[in-house]
Amino acid sequence: MTDQQTHVSMRIAGAHVGSRQRDLTPGRLLLYMALITLSFFMLAPLFWMVFAAFKTEKDMFAYTFMPYGDARLTAQNFRDLFENFHFGRSLLNSFFLTCTATTVSLLLASLGGFALAKYEFKGKQPLMAVMLATMMIPSSVLLAPSYELLVHLGLMNSYWGILLPGAVGAFGMMLFRQAILSVPDDLIEAARLDGCSEFGIYWNIIMPVVRPMSGAFCLMAFMANWNNFLMPMIVLQSEALFTVPIALSQTIGLVGDNQYGLLMAGTLLGVLPPSILFFILQKEFIAGLTSGAVKG
Amino acid sequence: MTSRKRNPMADAVSHSTSDGVRAKAYASWRLQQKLAPYFFITPFLILFLLFGIYPIIKSLYLAFHSTNGPRSVVFTGLDNFRFLLNDPDFATALFNTSAFAFFSVFLQLPLALALALLLNSTWLKGRTVFRFIFFAPNLVGQVFAGFLGIVIFTPLYGLFPKFLNMAFGVDPSIKWLGDANFVMPTLVLISLWMYVGYNSIYFLAALQSVDKELHEAAAVDGASGWHQFWHVTVPAIKPVVLIVVIMSTIGSFQLFELPFTLLNGSSGPNKSGLTLVLYLYQSGFETGNLGYASTVGWTLALILMAVSLVQRKLSTSVRGHD
Repeated sequence: MTDQQTHVSMRIAGAHVGSRQRDLTPGRLLLYMALITLSFFMLAPLFWMVFAAFKTEKDMFAYTFMPYGDARLTAQNFRDLFENFHFGRSLLNSFFLTCTATTVSLLLASLGGFALAKYEFKGKQPLMAVMLATMMIPSSVLLAPSYELLVHLGLMNSYWGILLPGAVGAFGMMLFRQAILSVPDDLIEAARLDGCSEFGIYWNIIMPVVRPMSGAFCLMAFMANWNNFLMPMIVLQSEALFTVPIALSQTIGLVGDNQYGLLMAGTLLGVLPPSILFFILQKEFIAGLTSGAVKG
Repeated sequence: MTSRKRNPMADAVSHSTSDGVRAKAYASWRLQQKLAPYFFITPFLILFLLFGIYPIIKSLYLAFHSTNGPRSVVFTGLDNFRFLLNDPDFATALFNTSAFAFFSVFLQLPLALALALLLNSTWLKGRTVFRFIFFAPNLVGQVFAGFLGIVIFTPLYGLFPKFLNMAFGVDPSIKWLGDANFVMPTLVLISLWMYVGYNSIYFLAALQSVDKELHEAAAVDGASGWHQFWHVTVPAIKPVVLIVVIMSTIGSFQLFELPFTLLNGSSGPNKSGLTLVLYLYQSGFETGNLGYASTVGWTLALILMAVSLVQRKLSTSVRGHD
C-alpha cells in the first residue's frame, strides 16, 4: 500500500468517527513519549559513532557526544586511516566488488526469472524444485566444500572466489520469477509479432516493467554484498584485496585498545554507502522488503 | 504454450511472403525463440551446479570424512556425528545459539509487533519519520554493529555502561564483553537494537493490508479493541507473522558476524559467545577439519528444518479454524 493510499484511508476513517480520532489524549501523549524515548535509544549509538569518529583518543570517552571547551573535533582519524591503513584502497575494493556482484546477480536472477516465468523448457519443473530445496539449506553448510572447491580451482585470494559462489542465490531468481509472472502475455505476444527478439523482449519490455522490483533487489543485494564478511574473510589473504569489513576486522581492529577513534572512523565510512543508498531509495526498499512476505 | 498460441498468425505472415530469404530469417527467428529460455537460464545453471549443488553434495560426503586441510580426506563413517553428540563445545554452541534464537522470537518479535501496532495507530503523526528512525540501526550491518559494540560497551567509559549508571545506578565496571554472564545479554541487546524496527516493518505492512472495513464492521457489532485485535487483526496478519518467525529463527541460528567482530574473533569468556556457525568456522578453518565443519553444518541444517516444520505445524493448530 502506498503512503497516499494510507493517508486517504486514514482520512476516511477519521471522517467516520469525527475529530475525536485526532485528539491528543493523555494516553496518546504517553505513547508519543514512549516512541520518542525509543527513538532516542535507536539513534544515540549512531550519533555517538559519528562524534567518536571525529574525536581524539583523549577525548573519546571524556565527552559523551560533542566535545566542548578546549577539546575539538578533528579529522585526524580519517587522515590516519587513509595514510597509514590504505583505507581508500579498501573502500574502492568494496565498491568494485559490491557493484560487480550486484550487477551479476541482477542479470542472472532477472534472465533466469524470465525464463522460469514465461517459457516452458525441458527440466524446468525439476530445476525449480531443486532451487526451492536449496533455499532451505543454510549457506554455512556450503562453506567447507566451497573453500575446498576454490582451492582446487585456484580461485583463492581473488575476487572470482567471492563473485562466483555469491552469484547462485535461488532466492533472487524466485523473486524475479514472481514479478515477471504478472507481466501480461499479450504484451510479450505483441512484441513478438512486431519481430522483437526474445532478448529484446527481456531488455525492452520485461526489465522496464519490473523496474521497481529491480530497484529493491539491487538495494538488498548491494547491502548484502557490502556487508559480506565470512566468504571474503576465508578467500582474501593479501591486504591489497581486503574489503572494508575485512580491513577493519583483520588490521585496523587489531591495532590496540586505544585506537577506538580509528575503528569508529572506519566503521562510519563502512556504514555510510548503504545508508546513503537507502536514503535515496527508501520507498522501493521497504516495498521490496515486504512485497514477498505480505503477498505470500 | 505461448508459442503454440502464436503459431497460426505467424505462419500466415510467412506464407504471404514467399521470399526465400525472409523464410530463412523467419526460421532462425523461430529458432532463437525456442532456444531463448536455455540461453537465459544457462549462465545461472552452470554456476548453480558448480557452486550450489556440488558443494551441497560434497558437504554430505565430507560430513562422513575426517579431513586435515583441503587435500587430506579419510572416510570415518558416523564418527563425526558420534563425536559431535559428545562434544562439549558443540553443546555450548548449540545452547548459546538456541538461547539467542529464543530471545529473538519471544522477546524481540513481540516488541516489534507492539511497535508496529503503535505505528499503525490512525492518530499518530510522523509515522514515516518514526518508521525510518527504528529502521536506521539496521543499516549498520552486523559486522559494523560488532565494531560499534566494542566501543559502546567499554566498561566504565562506554556509552551503555555510562547510561545504565546514570539512569539506574548500575555498576559501570561490568565487563559486558569480558564476563561470561553478560556476553549473551549484550548480543541480545544489540540484535534488539538492530532488528526490532526491521521486523516491525513487516508487521506494519501486514497491518496496513488488513481490510479497514472488517474493523469497522466489528466495531459496529460492538467488538472491543481486544476482541477486534484477536478476531480481526490476528487472523489477517498470521501468515506474515509466521514468515517473520521462521525467518527470524533461521537468521538467529546462523548468528556469526556480530559475535565474531564484537569478541575479536574469539568465542568469548568461557565460550559464552560461541555460536554454531562460529564453531563451524573454527572447526573448518582454524582446526582445519572440513569434514567436521560439514557435520556441524548439516546438523544445523537439520535443526533448522525441524524447527521451521514445528513452527508451521503449531501455527496451523493455533487458531486453525480461520
